[in-house]
Amino acid sequence: MKFAVLVQEGPYHHQSSDSAYQFVTAAMDKRHEIIGVFFYHDGVINSSKLADIQADDRNITKRWSEVGEKGVDLVVCIAAAKRRGINDDVLAPGFRISGLGQLTEMAIKSDRLVTFGA
Amino acid sequence: MSDVSKIMFVMRKAPYGTIYSFEGLETVLIMGAYEQDVSLLFVDDGVYSIKKGTDTTPLGIKNFSPTFRVLEGYDIEKLYIDKESMDSRGLTLDDFVVEPEVLDKEQIAKLMEEQDVLFPF
Repeated sequence: MKFAVLVQEGPYHHQSSDSAYQFVTAAMDKRHEIIGVFFYHDGVINSSKLADIQADDRNITKRWSEVGEKGVDLVVCIAAAKRRGINDDVLAPGFRISGLGQLTEMAIKSDRLVTFGA
Repeated sequence: MSDVSKIMFVMRKAPYGTIYSFEGLETVLIMGAYEQDVSLLFVDDGVYSIKKGTDTTPLGIKNFSPTFRVLEGYDIEKLYIDKESMDSRGLTLDDFVVEPEVLDKEQIAKLMEEQDVLFPF
């Protein structure tokens, strides 16, 4: 099945980016296709490489970058990013900034769009 | 599957306590340009998003409720409201900046079942 994923909440603050990551990796393990992960609202903060995470905690941004390395498109909404101080200078590997049109494409092209948020 | 997807936005949250509703509306306006079958449903405190006469001046936040009126210009004409959410808040159709169709829970469940994509905001 072709999945698209929408992440609406910031990392560490909320479970949603953890749950989205677990979903994405589990789906890939079962040979489903993830056509993209779209980061919206505070979800855009998942893409910041400026976070400095303690060694005994999971590194949420790094985990997403690893997902990106496997060829999954990680798209950060430009409008939401601008409001929250996220731009290309702070973007971790594997992420790209683009518009809500990308979310539209994901919604149309996927078999299921799965939202992780409040 | 046809070329046109049925996309429903579910506006669930109060408009000014958090940004969900405002950024949700931004998504609606973008998707309106993609010639899909877009609809909006107002439930729970989301019904306040379209309430007439809200004064946001003391909050120092722009009142975006009037923006819902321009949706018609984007060919987004399917607006629905949950009867129970409206009734329980003492609101009637006269209280809104737009004219949504009033649906009960069973009608909403049926409509959601028909959608290809649901966006909760």
